[in-house]
Amino acid sequence: MMPIVESIPAWIAVPVMLFLLLGSAITLIGTLGLLRLPNFYQRIHGPAITITFGTGCILIASMIYFTGLQARPVVHELLITAFVLLTAPVTSMMIMRAAVYRDLRAGRAGGADQNTPSDDPYRFPPEK
Amino acid sequence: MNQMLSLTINLSLMCVVLAMLLCSIRLLRGPTAQDRVLALDTLWMCTMLLMLTLGMRFASLIYFEAAMIIALTGFVSSIALAKFLMRGEIIE
Repeated sequence: MMPIVESIPAWIAVPVMLFLLLGSAITLIGTLGLLRLPNFYQRIHGPAITITFGTGCILIASMIYFTGLQARPVVHELLITAFVLLTAPVTSMMIMRAAVYRDLRAGRAGGADQNTPSDDPYRFPPEK
Repeated sequence: MNQMLSLTINLSLMCVVLAMLLCSIRLLRGPTAQDRVLALDTLWMCTMLLMLTLGMRFASLIYFEAAMIIALTGFVSSIALAKFLMRGEIIE
């Protein structure tokens, strides 16, 4: 089933399994939040978990795995870690600003969809 | 132990693919345009995670470079889409 995993000792396989399960579960939870939350301003919180914590856990698991597989330190996943940690807030902030701008321009001060009640506690303050 | 490790990697692959499926559902039925852009950004990130997990599944370092390129391209495309949503044009 698996080709080349016979050479991994157990003290490396256990943290790899832990970090991999944690990362994939957190990724799934974040995208479930993206699908299930009712409002856009609540929905943007789901992928933040996916991008920061899930990606970090899977990158740590990959680092430990290849270090154990090749019997030398393999740390080039730190490149992806640094890049994602630098660019994810920029992307999120720009999408957020675009959403606020579009909602204010369209006159929907709460950013509410059709299926949310108008008195939700996450509404934007009304424009003067 | 190695059997458990391969089982865990396959389970993690299934979780990431399920996450991509949920992202594409939101991408298809998102009510507004910013929902679709957010879902597309998350889909890029999940594709990068899928590449990393596939690299662990096949024990190959080539998938790392694919993940790096996907992260770079996803950042540029998300920034371009967000600027388009805000102004209606990308390069001013």
